[in-house]
Amino acid sequence: MSTLFDLASSTREPAGGVVPRPRWTDEEVAARLDGRLLRRRALRLPNLPEGTVVRHYTRLSKLNYGVDDGIYPLGSCTMKYNPKLNEDIARLPGLTQVHPLADASLVQGTLEFLAELTRLLARIAGMADVTLQPVAGAHGELTGMFLFKKYFESRGETKRVRILLPDSAHGTNPASAAVAGFEVTEIPSNASGTVDLAALRAELDASVAGIMLTVPNTLGIFEESILDITAAVHEAGALAYFDGANLNAYIGRARPGDMGADVFHFNLHKTLSTPHGGGGPGAGPVAVSAQLSEHLPVPRIVRREGKYALDWEAPASIGSVHSFYGNVLVAARAYAYLLHLGDEGLRAVSENAVLNANYLQARLKNSFPLPYDRLCKHEFVLSGGELPNHLSTLDVAKRLIDYGIHPPTVYFPLIVREAMMIEPTETEDRAALDRFVEVMETIAREARDEPDRLREAPIKAPVRRLDQTLAARSPVLTHPFPEEA
Amino acid sequence: MRYIQRDSMEQRKMLETVGVASLDALFSDIPREVLSRFEPIGLPGRSELEVFEHFSRLAEANGAATGVSLLGGGVYDHYVPRAVAHVLGRSEFYTAYTPYQPEISQGTLTAMFEFQTMVCELTGMEIANASMYDGATALAEAVLMANRIRGYGRVAVSQALGAPLRRVLDTYCWAAGIEVLDVPFGESGQTRTESLPADVSAFVIQSPNALGVLEPLNGVKDRLGQAFLVVSTYPLALGLLEPPGSFGADVVVGEGQSLGLPMGFGGPLLGLFATRKEYLRQIPGRVAGRTLDASGAVGYTMAAQTREQHIRRERATSNICTNSALCALAATVYLAILGSGGLRQVAQLNFERAHDLAETLARRGCTFPFDGPFFNEFVVRPKDGAGAAHARLTAAGFVVEASQALTAYGVNDALRLAITERRTDEELRRVADLLGGTS
Repeated sequence: MSTLFDLASSTREPAGGVVPRPRWTDEEVAARLDGRLLRRRALRLPNLPEGTVVRHYTRLSKLNYGVDDGIYPLGSCTMKYNPKLNEDIARLPGLTQVHPLADASLVQGTLEFLAELTRLLARIAGMADVTLQPVAGAHGELTGMFLFKKYFESRGETKRVRILLPDSAHGTNPASAAVAGFEVTEIPSNASGTVDLAALRAELDASVAGIMLTVPNTLGIFEESILDITAAVHEAGALAYFDGANLNAYIGRARPGDMGADVFHFNLHKTLSTPHGGGGPGAGPVAVSAQLSEHLPVPRIVRREGKYALDWEAPASIGSVHSFYGNVLVAARAYAYLLHLGDEGLRAVSENAVLNANYLQARLKNSFPLPYDRLCKHEFVLSGGELPNHLSTLDVAKRLIDYGIHPPTVYFPLIVREAMMIEPTETEDRAALDRFVEVMETIAREARDEPDRLREAPIKAPVRRLDQTLAARSPVLTHPFPEEA
Repeated sequence: MRYIQRDSMEQRKMLETVGVASLDALFSDIPREVLSRFEPIGLPGRSELEVFEHFSRLAEANGAATGVSLLGGGVYDHYVPRAVAHVLGRSEFYTAYTPYQPEISQGTLTAMFEFQTMVCELTGMEIANASMYDGATALAEAVLMANRIRGYGRVAVSQALGAPLRRVLDTYCWAAGIEVLDVPFGESGQTRTESLPADVSAFVIQSPNALGVLEPLNGVKDRLGQAFLVVSTYPLALGLLEPPGSFGADVVVGEGQSLGLPMGFGGPLLGLFATRKEYLRQIPGRVAGRTLDASGAVGYTMAAQTREQHIRRERATSNICTNSALCALAATVYLAILGSGGLRQVAQLNFERAHDLAETLARRGCTFPFDGPFFNEFVVRPKDGAGAAHARLTAAGFVVEASQALTAYGVNDALRLAITERRTDEELRRVADLLGGTS
């Protein structure tokens, strides 16, 4: 796998030509700048013709698998189709060529869609207010934890230092709570995979700031006692945080605000179809109940006398969590998606996402153990724990690659042994689902009869199975340049 | 709905397989009270044509997009070679997820590895992560890391740090219980580093700083004792300037927007994070590393994951997972297209044009509140007051910050101007005429 640095041509002459030639000599530059401030050693960046560079990255792109290549059933990640309309909208020069410090009168178009998206997201959540500032799901979680902290600080309840988390929670939840300075207490799940209400009640005391829940949870199971859970949390004077990673399960049909959420984060890159970009940029807007509204990050987008403006006056705010106003061009895509779908489309999203997941679950449970065999929402979790011939979930995942299919999320949630977490999303048609089932059935058969096919997989990917232990043990994180003479 | 291909006949067949009677029955596990409280958002749904034209109108309502930008402060109006958008438009890159399955993510992972190499080259550091959300969160995470390692619970911060960075830093430090001590700047616009507070986990400085002034980093590290030297940088300027790593910085962070990203009203942006090898186990964010596959061929994978939250949960070094991968790819392609020679040219052009304008303005009687060296951004005091000058510039189609923006730094009656390679001679002549009068 060669990198750009392996391509370096023998010519040392800078190609140039992208911008006009500078006019000043080195001496003229040096006359204006202390020599100690000027770069001494030349950058080791190859100077290549544009065509060589474009070919290199085109080649790299072909080594990737994206949603446009096929089904991407990565549980909890909602890898739905990313509409092309939204991509072109986000590239309109009128939206991209706008500086964040420009006067509000010169950015009315952008402020309008940000304000409208804010309003629509609040309605989707069934909550009082929304900030668009957080730029990722985990960033939304962190912002939510900051809001919890500010809320209790403003009430003088500084002894509320604990956050309760179900053991099925995604790892970012405890990490976000910890970065915001909270202690984490884990709550066990019961036999049906949902929160153990008695265990929760036992922990709820005056040291608890709140609970972080994923609804439906990471097993794809809806917390049927959700109203009892949030009622118990509120009775104890604590707050309820809902991780919105799984909103695709009920968007257009139910709202976290109606379930008792005080803070809820959206993942625009999941539920609202904005692309994942190989790991960002995403967007993690946060919705809050009325009592937390005054603590939202600044600035807020407001409308005064028919004009949109940025309002910095919020003395009880947590401050800012981003340089400016969040991932505006991601928000543009999400807003376009909402405008196109409307209410009817949103309902179709959850309907078909849940139908697809239950269909896959019903068909796949014949081939792989399904530890929680019940109605699922947008995703479900199989176990590779009973694979024959000492095979593991990882082997199944790698074999899927040979059949041209992206593997599901594996080894998560932690409460299922050898977990395979499968989320088809609503944009896969039945033919794609059926093909996925056929391939999984074939792999189950191979596991029994031809285990080496799994062990040696993948054989059709650009590389064979990669040694992740080696990468961890002796890290090589940058191109090893030959020692300078 | 165009994005879902499904008719009611097929839905019925699938429901049969599931063993439920209706679509509604799929949601029978949601409490009835919750379902009955549901209210729609009141949107009818529009065709693609209507949505596109609606957005075209919104885009036209942004006067800033057709104005001539003189704005800086972390985000700059740089030219992006056309090839960058073409590479980024490949959906194999933008529709992929985080590379959890490295065998079918070699494109993303190889580019991450190249990006890390380039960030190290630019900053003069040993290791870099595969990106953070933006320059502000990168800085906040750097301070959290320094405090995790040093543990003083206090950090010293230059008062010439840009407001967007400072606001986010304040929020993170408040939550983490870290005290922030101010370090003032002097008449040159440079931070007074002669006497720095003791017993701090880090000293944070930005160069060029919020006033556009380049900070003399020489010798600062020696005066810091145990504290980390954390420098926030402007990566494009490093095509011309000596990198912070050469002055002993422990962590170099920065806003990477200047490397091939549009201004986009401030997002998405690109956080850069680079440090010394010895802190590898302490850094936040994803890292790509080189490894071998089962046949002995070189490939790339995510490395040092034992720091991350899916393994370490509440003991993780950070909660960040999704970052700015596609923006990092943009920066990588940008630097690949320009090469070392092209980047040096762009950086020098910025320097030249900004100095050209400043020297013209000085000749025409404008004054400068700070006399420290600068790169492409400076604070100027127009002859007849900032308010009037701002009004003239705006009327002539320039996009420029109001003078009140500088009161955060204790500066009155002055304008901050950023001049990039995109500003033409003719534009600079007009700026000079509007600020200094035609001499």
